[in-house]
Amino acid sequence: MTEAFNEHFGALRDQLPGQDLPWLTALRERGLQHFAESGLPTPRLETWKYTSLRPVEKVAFAAEGVPRACISIDRAPSLLPETTESHRMVFVDGHFRSDLSRLGELPKGAQLLPLTEQMSADPDWLASQLDHLNGPKVQPMLALNTAMMMNGFVLRLARGTVLHHPVEVVHLGGAGDAPLAYHPRNLVILAEGSQATLIEHFSHLGDQPYLNNTMTEVTVGDGAIFRHYKLQADALNAFNLATVKAEVGRDGLYDAFSMTTGARLSRNEVSVKLAGEGANCHLNGAYLVRGDQHCDNTTMIDHLVPNTTCREVFKGVIDERARAVFQGKLTVHRDAQHTNGHQLSKALLLSDRAEIDAKPELEIYADDVICSHGATAGDLDHDALFYLRARGIPEATARSMLIEAFLGETVDQIAAEGLCPALMSSIGHWLAGTRREF
Amino acid sequence: MLEIKNLHATVDGKEILKGLDLTIPAGEVHAIMGPNGSGKSTLSYVMTGREGYEVTEGEVLFKGRNILEMAPEERAGEGLFLAFQYPVEIPGVPNTTFLKEALNGVRRYRGEDELDAMQFVKMVREKTKQLGINDEMLKRAVNVGFSGGEKKRNEALQMVVLEPSLAILDETDSGLDIDALKTVANSVNLLRDPDRSMLVITHYQRLLDYIVPDQVHVLAQGRIQRSGGKELALELEAKGYAEFAGAA
Repeated sequence: MTEAFNEHFGALRDQLPGQDLPWLTALRERGLQHFAESGLPTPRLETWKYTSLRPVEKVAFAAEGVPRACISIDRAPSLLPETTESHRMVFVDGHFRSDLSRLGELPKGAQLLPLTEQMSADPDWLASQLDHLNGPKVQPMLALNTAMMMNGFVLRLARGTVLHHPVEVVHLGGAGDAPLAYHPRNLVILAEGSQATLIEHFSHLGDQPYLNNTMTEVTVGDGAIFRHYKLQADALNAFNLATVKAEVGRDGLYDAFSMTTGARLSRNEVSVKLAGEGANCHLNGAYLVRGDQHCDNTTMIDHLVPNTTCREVFKGVIDERARAVFQGKLTVHRDAQHTNGHQLSKALLLSDRAEIDAKPELEIYADDVICSHGATAGDLDHDALFYLRARGIPEATARSMLIEAFLGETVDQIAAEGLCPALMSSIGHWLAGTRREF
Repeated sequence: MLEIKNLHATVDGKEILKGLDLTIPAGEVHAIMGPNGSGKSTLSYVMTGREGYEVTEGEVLFKGRNILEMAPEERAGEGLFLAFQYPVEIPGVPNTTFLKEALNGVRRYRGEDELDAMQFVKMVREKTKQLGINDEMLKRAVNVGFSGGEKKRNEALQMVVLEPSLAILDETDSGLDIDALKTVANSVNLLRDPDRSMLVITHYQRLLDYIVPDQVHVLAQGRIQRSGGKELALELEAKGYAEFAGAA
């Protein structure tokens, strides 16, 4: 598989964007070298202990430099009500589709562009920001992303700029006539006091398997607020590996929620550095998996300075032979006095063969902190189920009501107007075994 | 309405009901009294089909049909209702949603049209008014953070909304203040009808001051030991259950 990606790189070398930028070429080369040395992550790596990429290796992926979608579409799905304005970007098989996108009017101080356009519009600025949050030892999928990045988006807000409408980024996969692998790269830079909401939606068109290996770098400046919401409803033969690296400045807030219903195998890896005093982070998620799905939520939160807070709750429903992984590491560094950090993983196992591997971890090097963590796994509450049924509610409906209530508590935390009903409806469709219409 | 014949039931392999017979004609209110551990709650769970309660012998005929093979929701559809001794808290499910799903579940079972949101709200408002229940209770999650009295009021509300043919009140009076007790009694009396029966399970005589039974039965050692008129309740209140403790 490692070789296959090397071949992709060789084949695409001349088509990858930013050929005229030596720094980018050097960056790509370093990424490729790093990936060649490490290879695909395996369960031998501590952070990949519960997730094997073997199913990914079984697919012969191609990589394409030019869009070649076989399925033509004239509109993309939205998670927002029609009346809600948004700045919309649509990618099909990793390629930006300006015909389906609607960037709309942005306030002064705001910039939203495809990565390729940013490369030509302001390459020097991009050079100063891209890969900025990655240290020398990145995980292999990130290195691969750096080598192969084709497109993505750049959201940049100047000091004090408030984006009143959400940015909606839609990824549609599986539209080609062969299995494709692509590596979107996104950059979000929010300067001091600015505010934005991003809604990412992963879905699919055709029936080809695909691998979406996304990397998003997020810098939340002092007093800035970034709300980052995601629905991953990819095809059940697809692979979605998403990595977010975020850094939050003084009194800033990174508020994230991700919901997973799709993909044969997915990983939602988020690491957040609370780097300025008073920085906050909410890292929540919900997942519903069945069949032979594998869903991995891995988070790393670093409290680096005093008075930072984090709230993390992941809740999931696992049915049939599906498997979920929750790894949450919360590190309170020596200087991070008065940290307030709480982490919780709750899973409902609906079948005997369903599995959750939960590994909540706390590492505390400061002495004056309030921290907690926990993980629970169990069946639906039998008493509640009987109570509902004894009132005349059929068993299937009663089970659905309890599952919706269980997940609804986390979905309710989302602050984006109009998004909650769409996510609740996704839950409803999952329970009914139907697909949400575009 | 209800005919229980030679009912034997076990919980975790232990026989709790040992040949119970009970007949409740339509329109009558019967009370079952008995000491702790006599099988009162087991009887109510066996009748409503709770998991873990196994019937080893006998039958329960409800309106002439044996209900023991039916799922709990089917029994509710047939018109059976249990007011729980310990109503369950269900976080995240609004009381209104719960009531509407329950009513429409029962209506679908009976082949009746479902009520839409407007019709439902109108109907529930009438019922809360009749019972003197604050509508605010409808918006909260089912029983979550409810006081003991509120939970029992909520049971009473569900009962009058679902209009069962046979309502079983399982120790509804336990842990209840006098106002809540009156609400519950009021709901039962509201439902009194020649086509409707009630089975009031209680440890004390107090509730029977408000809901006057046609018949009182003493349940001990898993069987009905004695039956009589409402005066039997007073006698039990005075003498206790010692007389039945050793009976078998």
